[in-house]
Amino acid sequence: MMETIFEMFSYPFMVRAFTVGALVALCSALLGVSLVLKRYSMIGDGLSHVGFGALAIAASLNMAPLAAAIPVVIAAAVLLLRIKGSSRIKGDAAIALISTSSLAVGVMVISMTTGMNTDVYNYMFGSILAMSEEDVILSVVMAVIVLILFIFFYHKIFAITFDETFAQATGVKADLYNTLIAVLTAVTIVLGMRMMGALLISSLIIFPALTSMRVCRTFKSVTINSAVISVVCLAAGITVSYVWATPAGASVVMANIAALLIYSLIGLVRNKG
Amino acid sequence: MPLIKCEHVSIGYEGQTVVKDLNFTIEKGDYLCIVGENGSGKSTLVKSLLGLKNVEEGRITFGDGLRQNEIGYLPQQNDTQKDFPASVYEVVLSGRLNSRGFSPFYTAEDKKEAKEKMKLLGIQDLERQCFRDLSGGQKQRALLARALCATKSLLLLDEPVSGLDPIMTGEFYQLIRKINRDSGIAVVMVSHDIESAVEDATHILHLQETALFFGTTEDYRKSRIGRKFLGGVHDGNDL
Repeated sequence: MMETIFEMFSYPFMVRAFTVGALVALCSALLGVSLVLKRYSMIGDGLSHVGFGALAIAASLNMAPLAAAIPVVIAAAVLLLRIKGSSRIKGDAAIALISTSSLAVGVMVISMTTGMNTDVYNYMFGSILAMSEEDVILSVVMAVIVLILFIFFYHKIFAITFDETFAQATGVKADLYNTLIAVLTAVTIVLGMRMMGALLISSLIIFPALTSMRVCRTFKSVTINSAVISVVCLAAGITVSYVWATPAGASVVMANIAALLIYSLIGLVRNKG
Repeated sequence: MPLIKCEHVSIGYEGQTVVKDLNFTIEKGDYLCIVGENGSGKSTLVKSLLGLKNVEEGRITFGDGLRQNEIGYLPQQNDTQKDFPASVYEVVLSGRLNSRGFSPFYTAEDKKEAKEKMKLLGIQDLERQCFRDLSGGQKQRALLARALCATKSLLLLDEPVSGLDPIMTGEFYQLIRKINRDSGIAVVMVSHDIESAVEDATHILHLQETALFFGTTEDYRKSRIGRKFLGGVHDGNDL
């Protein structure tokens, strides 16, 4: 057991995968609590598809993938929030429109340039080998920013998540914080998607929050639990992926499903007791 | 100086005027009930009082130490809160945000204030309870405690008894009356329930795009419009 773990961490790519993965899991869990409670769960899914399209175009133009994808996904995040606020196209339909469009554009671009190859497969389902030195630095910087902002604005985030109208009435700039959450979510998704895969990254946002809500009954405990569950599931998933050579993204989601089932059971037993 | 003064206020959506040329004042300790049918502009007026919607014409001024973000607002019930994981204490404490400014954490005074308001409303035992497990009446008390945390001088209640059963409704009105009398906090209540409104309120604003009536409850009972809406049941001798 210990031997496997030591062996695992002797590979630099595994250390990178663990570092980036854990930080992305932490950030997405914190942001996820607010997103899930505000009924914005699907935004994560939409943004990851936009990210896929942007990465495909960046690759075909030989641009740095992150530098190209991050601004595009941030723009999409802000746009999606605006649409939810006021528009003739309803929020859920708008997200489906944008995500399928970006997926189609991405697939077209790839098939016209490099052809459908393992790159596409990796973008869709993720690869544990994908993390570079640059990604590690970027994810550390992002995690520090998300953590600081989250702690600093924790009570305001609670207020706008619980009751946006009341929060606005008492002088909290809800639009500003909503945009902030959207931007941070966008960056988190772009960082995580090459490891988790465009189709699976949104699970990191949704699962931990839903899992901890089965058992926890205060906002604070839901938040802390989500963060812990998310990081633990990520570590478990990546270890499984290393030991049995399963795809990283799917393994992490499996770990999250297991956690959700366990917490649901605990919740059930507790409610009966 | 009045707490709130509305002068020739017009409010609208995309060119359509919902409220026009509205004039009224709210003084310290008043209990004003805003009545009117659905679509008469009540909710729109509430949004403008809270600063969530700009007025098209005229102006709303705040005085006597009241700032716009210090209105203790009790919103209509909202759906997302049905399965929200938050303790009653967390909810009540969030009413203190407007006195925090940029500081990220609550002070000991904020926490003391939140506990006092919970005690005042008889929900101190529910402090650690999850908000979603509360009954309708308990939820309203928790949200009222939050509103009291946010204000020193004015409560704004938007249809506070809709969804409550008759007993809870009675208790809630009693609570509001007590707060209004004991602490001198002005109350502005938007309500369908015109019968109860005239029981407790000192002033009535009858809204139908503009003010059909604004004045004391006594005058409202005597007025033509008041008699019409009260169905002639109350003729002034009831007092």
